[in-house]
Amino acid sequence: MLQILINALRTGVVTVRYPAAQSVPPDRFRGSPVLRAGSHLPPPSVCPAGAISEHFDAAGRRAGLDLARCIFCGRCAEDPWADAVSMGRDFELAAHSRDDLRIEVVADDPAVTAPAPSRDRDAEAARISSEIHNVLGRSLHLRHLDAGSCNACDWELAALLNPVYDVRRLGIDFVASPRHADGVVVTGPVTRNLETAVHRTFEAIPDPRVVIAVGACAASGGIVGEGYASAGGVDRVLPVDVYIPGCPPRPEGILFGILVAIGRLDARRRPREG
Amino acid sequence: MNALRACAAGSVDADTGPRPPDLTVRLGRADDLPAAAAVLIGPHSMTLATVVATDETETPDGDLKVRYVFEPTTPGGPDRFVTLLVSVDAARPKVPSLTRTVPAANWHEREMQDLFGIVPAGHPDPRPLVVHDGWPQGVFPLRKAFDGSRRVPVEPAGEFPHLAAEGEGVFEIPVGPIHAGIIEPGHFRFTSVGETVLHLDARLFYTHRGMEKRMEGLSPLDAFYVAERICGVCSVAHGLGYCEALEQIAGVDAPPRARLIRGIALELERVYNHVGDIGNICAGAAFHYGTATGMRLQERLQQMNERLTGNRFLRGLVVPGGVHLDLPADLLGALAGTLQDTLSGLDGLMGRIEANPSIVDRLDDTGILQHQAAVDLAVAGVAARASGVDRDARRDHPHGAFAGPEPPGLQVATVFEGDAMARVTVRALEARESIRLIGEFVQRLERGPLEAALAEPLPGGRIGIAAIESPRGEAVHWLRTDAGGRVERYHLRSPSYHNWPAVALAAETAIVPDFPLVNKSFELCYSCTDR
Repeated sequence: MLQILINALRTGVVTVRYPAAQSVPPDRFRGSPVLRAGSHLPPPSVCPAGAISEHFDAAGRRAGLDLARCIFCGRCAEDPWADAVSMGRDFELAAHSRDDLRIEVVADDPAVTAPAPSRDRDAEAARISSEIHNVLGRSLHLRHLDAGSCNACDWELAALLNPVYDVRRLGIDFVASPRHADGVVVTGPVTRNLETAVHRTFEAIPDPRVVIAVGACAASGGIVGEGYASAGGVDRVLPVDVYIPGCPPRPEGILFGILVAIGRLDARRRPREG
Repeated sequence: MNALRACAAGSVDADTGPRPPDLTVRLGRADDLPAAAAVLIGPHSMTLATVVATDETETPDGDLKVRYVFEPTTPGGPDRFVTLLVSVDAARPKVPSLTRTVPAANWHEREMQDLFGIVPAGHPDPRPLVVHDGWPQGVFPLRKAFDGSRRVPVEPAGEFPHLAAEGEGVFEIPVGPIHAGIIEPGHFRFTSVGETVLHLDARLFYTHRGMEKRMEGLSPLDAFYVAERICGVCSVAHGLGYCEALEQIAGVDAPPRARLIRGIALELERVYNHVGDIGNICAGAAFHYGTATGMRLQERLQQMNERLTGNRFLRGLVVPGGVHLDLPADLLGALAGTLQDTLSGLDGLMGRIEANPSIVDRLDDTGILQHQAAVDLAVAGVAARASGVDRDARRDHPHGAFAGPEPPGLQVATVFEGDAMARVTVRALEARESIRLIGEFVQRLERGPLEAALAEPLPGGRIGIAAIESPRGEAVHWLRTDAGGRVERYHLRSPSYHNWPAVALAAETAIVPDFPLVNKSFELCYSCTDR
């Protein structure tokens, strides 16, 4: 017992100060891809998760990237597209809407920029955030719901409770029963075999309730997609309030998304470069 | 071969393959299967490695096929697979069940019944396994004619059939699929008298995502990203297994430096899993200091993973043909420091566990898996070695850094008690050995290329098979390309697939409140079982 106390004192405080202090991911970290307008952008076939799309109009070829689908493998940033795409450092990617996670640039003409996100949607997101904030306050108790994940997102959620991230310091906790929860964090694309359980868990949570889709599979179906055993994303089954891209998102990226959900931070707080 | 010929009433043809040391035996009559399997299991002391069904109705053969792959159990025995191949008539798909004589075949046979409609005649428990309530009759998703990209309507259905026990004081406790903690989904139906577990029926495959079907028809290079994402905490092991199977088909070897870097990643994955698992086992015994210590050590390693590869689960390092990232000296120096701290942290944690009678009392004699049961169920990995089964794919099927002319001296940790404490002990021994191995691999690193070129299209109609020792034990990857060099069929038999039935057996020696501890001491994945 004494040895345990001595060890604990010797270890000291290991908890990070995020979000009060910025978190800087290591050099090799692959965050949000940055597409450069006016370059030779990769074709859709490059992306194993189907996150890259293209269409043609009067201005030329438009290439798009769906961050909700992106698995951050970095394949689109390799030769011969290394000039057109680079893997950015941004990991604070949570957004209220799937559309906010779509990046579109025109391949051949740098003068034509992507359309700005619509004002109405921002206003709607702000209204939802403030309502959640008013009703639930600054603290949030969440239920985890594994809807068919590969367990990577689950481990990162569990990591939020470890001594390094310790989200309880922010008034956030994971609870055992949906009846004690203010919302649910969902991982996985919603498998056919879990669809009933997903509905029942959601219905057991008292209103108002937030739904946070964690990781590419939950946000969009990800690499699993839609198929005989998969619904292809949580929003096919439940109303989603916040989408957190990543495969898996870093624990601090998930924490950022949870704080966005309760209106304590603005979504996508850092403007994208390029 | 002669013994196989003697036991069979029909024709028996043998060919070398899929790899040069392997043997594929075609049985003319499917009914000869139980006798042939008995020859391999008995006199040749082999065990079931995997079972792969394929739909070949669109090929000139026009049939379904089932391959029963066996492997030797002798420690350090020959690296060899023997495949028994039977052809199944697609109009009347039926094979004799092996489950009564080869218990490890149980789930494999139920799975092929669900996904291919191949009936294992005489199976003692033919309930659906992979497809749950409401799946329409007569629809088999892994048949080639089935369009895997569409959702199938749910049909009205009754409750999941399970073994019902009745009597005075007999209770049934349903748990899951959604659990109280942050863990994966599965349903456990305990039948108990008081605290004593009479029977445990585990229903899994809630996370069945159709990953194998998802990969069919893809370029094998694209399908790699799916294989790497079958399981989070086995990302390196499964990515590597897929790559090794693919490289066999392509006839390409990863360069020496890439093999060593793969070896470093595979052992690093084992260390962060084992250290975290020991912490989680402490959670099952309410020893919070141990839990927090395990989580802290694991977190430090996962931060190291991110520095090395840009991903906390080491994704993006292993790629078909080699590795995508080099490990320069500065990162290797940081890795050595982290591993040194992990080693002293692990030694300290094990010291506190062993010195704490209230923890030792919870772990000792809890959830015993008998040696014979581990052998019969072809249990893999930590669970097998904690029950005295001396098997480790790193030695028995050399792969990655363990293949080659001068393999590193690997100490396989084997103990005999078969209880939760034994599984903790094996994990600690293995984590220390993995840290030592990483040091050895770093020492051996020499300058050289990182990737061997893989030219597309890959050779058509070839099979690759690879066994990888993942943190949870041996995983068997089976891959075949179609005529155009695309993925025709991929099958993963994860260690957890063979180990889940052993959890149910071990739980029957425990009381209900110890189940979380028993379960955590096995620490199996749901996602790589369910796929």
